[in-house]
Amino acid sequence: MTAHLILSLLVPVAGSALIVLLRRNENLREAASLVTAGVLFAIVLRIYGAVSDGARPEVILAEPFPGIPIALEAEPLGVLFALIASFLWIVTTAYSIGYMRGHHEKNQTRFYFFFAFAIASVMGVAFAGNLFTLFVFYEVLSLTTFPLVTHAGTEAARRAGRVYLGILFSTSIVFQLLGIIWVYAAAGTLDFAVGGILRGNVAAGTVPVLLALFVFGIGKAAVMPFHRWLPAAMVAPTPVSALLHAVAVVKAGVFAVLKVTVYVFGIDFVAELGASNWLMWIAAATIILGSLVAFTKDNLKARLAYSTVSQLSYVVLGAMLANSLGVIGSGMHIAMHAFGKITLFFCAGAIMVGAHKSEVSQLGGLGREMPVVFAAFLIGTLSIVGLPPTGGAWSKWFLGLGSLEAGQVGLVAVLMLSSLLSLAYLMEIPLKGFFGKPAEAGHGSGHDDHGEHGHHGAPKWSVAAIVVTATACLVLFVYPEPFYRLMTMVTGP
Amino acid sequence: MTLDLLLTHYNYWVVIFLMMVGFYILISRGNLIKKIVGLNVFQTSVFMLYISLGKITEGTPPILVDGYGDADVVYSNPLPHVLILTAIVVGIATTSVGLALAVRIKEAYGTLEEDEITGIEAGIEPAGEAGG
Amino acid sequence: MAEHYPALQVVVPLLAAPLCLFVRNGRAAWGLAVLASWSALGISLVLLSRVMSSGVISYALGGWAPPIGIEYRVDIVNAWVLVIVSTIGALVAPYALTSVEREIGARRIPLFYAAYLLCLSGLLGITITGDVFNVFVFLEISSLSAYALIALGQDRRALTSAFRYLVAGSVGATFIVIGIGLLYSMTGSLNMADLAQLLPGVWESRTVKVAYGFLAVGFCLKLALFPLHLWLPNAYTYAPSPVTAFMASTATKVAVYMLLRFFLTVFGAAFSFDVMALDRVLLPLALVAIVSMSLVAIFQVNVKRLLAYSSVAQIGYMVLGLSFATVTGLTATLLHLFNHALMKGALFMAMGCVMYRIGSVRIEAMAGLGRRMPATMAAFVAGGLSLVGVPLTVGFVSKWYLILGALERGWWPVAVLVLIASLMALVYVWRVVEVAYFREFTGDERTREAPWTLLWPTWALVVLNLYFGIDAGRTAGIARQAAEVLMTGIGQ
Repeated sequence: MTAHLILSLLVPVAGSALIVLLRRNENLREAASLVTAGVLFAIVLRIYGAVSDGARPEVILAEPFPGIPIALEAEPLGVLFALIASFLWIVTTAYSIGYMRGHHEKNQTRFYFFFAFAIASVMGVAFAGNLFTLFVFYEVLSLTTFPLVTHAGTEAARRAGRVYLGILFSTSIVFQLLGIIWVYAAAGTLDFAVGGILRGNVAAGTVPVLLALFVFGIGKAAVMPFHRWLPAAMVAPTPVSALLHAVAVVKAGVFAVLKVTVYVFGIDFVAELGASNWLMWIAAATIILGSLVAFTKDNLKARLAYSTVSQLSYVVLGAMLANSLGVIGSGMHIAMHAFGKITLFFCAGAIMVGAHKSEVSQLGGLGREMPVVFAAFLIGTLSIVGLPPTGGAWSKWFLGLGSLEAGQVGLVAVLMLSSLLSLAYLMEIPLKGFFGKPAEAGHGSGHDDHGEHGHHGAPKWSVAAIVVTATACLVLFVYPEPFYRLMTMVTGP
Repeated sequence: MTLDLLLTHYNYWVVIFLMMVGFYILISRGNLIKKIVGLNVFQTSVFMLYISLGKITEGTPPILVDGYGDADVVYSNPLPHVLILTAIVVGIATTSVGLALAVRIKEAYGTLEEDEITGIEAGIEPAGEAGG
Repeated sequence: MAEHYPALQVVVPLLAAPLCLFVRNGRAAWGLAVLASWSALGISLVLLSRVMSSGVISYALGGWAPPIGIEYRVDIVNAWVLVIVSTIGALVAPYALTSVEREIGARRIPLFYAAYLLCLSGLLGITITGDVFNVFVFLEISSLSAYALIALGQDRRALTSAFRYLVAGSVGATFIVIGIGLLYSMTGSLNMADLAQLLPGVWESRTVKVAYGFLAVGFCLKLALFPLHLWLPNAYTYAPSPVTAFMASTATKVAVYMLLRFFLTVFGAAFSFDVMALDRVLLPLALVAIVSMSLVAIFQVNVKRLLAYSSVAQIGYMVLGLSFATVTGLTATLLHLFNHALMKGALFMAMGCVMYRIGSVRIEAMAGLGRRMPATMAAFVAGGLSLVGVPLTVGFVSKWYLILGALERGWWPVAVLVLIASLMALVYVWRVVEVAYFREFTGDERTREAPWTLLWPTWALVVLNLYFGIDAGRTAGIARQAAEVLMTGIGQ
């Protein structure tokens, strides 16, 4: 099994090498991408099988410092994240093929190359065996996604790249690294352990400070006021926004928050000290404010980005509740939001390629031309809002229960309010699409130019990907079992 | 600060005086040659310090005359003198490198005055330092 | 033969230097320089491994037993510094061939290699000797050759910066001699180990404290500790590229070593920290150096000058580690000696490649170079990330120990300041990266990648940056051992 762990890193790296080798032939290159993604998913499935049977494979890759190795270990929470990321990588690869060709992007080889590298770092984050390894891959992920964010190479991309790297690096270096070294100085170890490693090693008063260092230091979790990088990253091609900035990168952030809370602090320890009480409200504020800002955005991707900011804080909130129901809800939300939000981004990209529309106000009547895309958008919306029959309902349910158990009725109200808000700002899009009036200018030409792609302009590969993720949202309502089981293994019976 | 202190340690006062003079020339003069002169005076004060350290009152030069180990004869310590011989050589080397540089600077800038050189350098700065 | 390695460490480059003058041929002189510097590296590695396996090596030069004769004394601390200096020396020598042919007139090339080898042997001599006066002699050998090397730069400002360096360096060296003389007058010994035994008896004397003060100022001038750093930026900016790479990675490191050796071994950690309060003097200076010089670096338009200011800031890191007065802090200092040599060496070498191709290292001139000279700029990015302290690079390792040291002392504001300074490093590195990768290339259409003779030493350093960032166990182990030796003093 340890071989599988190493392979989960090596396969995407090897894939990226293959992509470069096959750069002369588009079809072969993209086939290599798809095959790599498929193989990776198969590997993660094997690890999932072993972990759900109770195994905890681990392997040490290197030992940079005496006593602080770079180690991989598969445990349920990481497997959950790896499963989602590797599965959605397959779908996204398929989607990218349509999108990148349809959008005539330049430097596609570089795109696929760094994409595979980013996935390797995501696997590293998912299977990190200690806090140090987590930090290393977290930083590597920032670096490998930077060329993807700035893919266009324009002035706007450069500026966005500055914000992206600036915020992610400053938070991680100033807060997170300080927190990590502090933990090491106090506990003498950085290994993840069930129940945490801090009990008895730090004064009660420093725990809230330390926890804050991690919550804010993990900038990828986009807790306000360190969320600006996420909307900035939207200059990237849509597949990047979809997989990385709705799933892999941002989830790496909230995943890290969750993992640190559970395995470094220990939820009982946090709950006893009430160390997270004020952080809960920061998360709650981010949830509401993110939704409110999303309202004001007319650009579809920007609106989705702020929606992501808001939704990410659900996961943070679940972690900060520091009880098993909250943690289960948190982990489930990583999964459910991933499927929902990637669907929405896919749709946004399909609309952009198919109909050359990027603003919400231009979408009137498009639903009748791209019914599949808009139907998928509707399903994604329902999942984000947390309504049956979609998977999103489950995570909201557990988060609500967790809030009640923590005695925070106010937070339940926050959850309700935010659901309403997201329903409002997301439903506008399918409603406009199906029932709105077509915008006169520009629409016709977009349609004619790209009619040859079929399906009202959206590339076939992309539509297929959309159908898969939208279906997954529905399937997860009736069959959330695997994720639920993994999360109960995290929290214990 | 009795007179006695001044007199018994007069060598140190000389050294300190020379050192300050040298340092002052080094700092206050803009002419590169004068700077080197100042540096020389500064270094010379240290030579004096070493040499006077090695001198022992009533001591004779450490040259063995008749026979070995005459316990009655007090010798001066030869080691500081030897050391400072090295330091003098180093000082000369420094001076010559400094003077060589001064010659090259004169060739390149046409002046040895520091403020004029600074002016020339400030003048070419914005124009782009092609030579880098 | 093997027992004479400590002497050979210095003698080989020292003898090769005049030979360079005799051969009068650039290539042949280069061959000699490479040969000598690689033998120096080999010898230093053997010495390090021998010290690690069987303890301190004491070598009586000319057969005169210490404390009367000059002793070369190799313990883990200076064996480590020897390896640092000779590694850089061995990589800069092959690098120099192509670069020097471009930047220095053919007639002067043998002179260059002679001065280079003299500088190398001087630095190795300072490090290896166990005699305090010998330190001064080697210090002047290395400094005088360094002035000459810097003056070889193409720009005429190289001359004035060499002159300024000469003045500052000579004053510093003279201060050091005064200190040494006063110590001798109190103890009658020049041998470090002997002094370490004798000095505690005269701790209370004012002369010893005055000597300490003179030495402190002298060393700080030599290592360019803020505010005595003014000679450094110009010297690094206008020196020929290989000289900058060599000096930036070795000269200041050896000065830091001198500081550690004198104040911790000769005077003893107890005297330095308890009586002289060295830590409390250095801490604010180090912090000011780190923050202010990083800030100044951000606003530079010449990348070599930018890196020079960054060097002053990085020296602040080394001094900061010392000012913690703990084993962890010193470990950070000693690690950073090595790590900073690797990263600055790589960065300055990359700049040498740029200089070779486009004849300038101004930021604007580097627009679009990311695509024209991908290997060079990738090396710059890697070195820059190491400078910032991104995980898996050596810079991260240094920072880790530095912050650990700060937290051990409970000085979390210091830790925060160090982290903020590394963000400032990110800013100045990123300025270059953005220009190189996001601007269109505007220069000569024929601009190509730098020749491999320049690239391989650069990349060798980059690879070392990454290797020792991923596997810091060995370097950190040596640094910790050396830190313990320094903290416990020579008696134990």
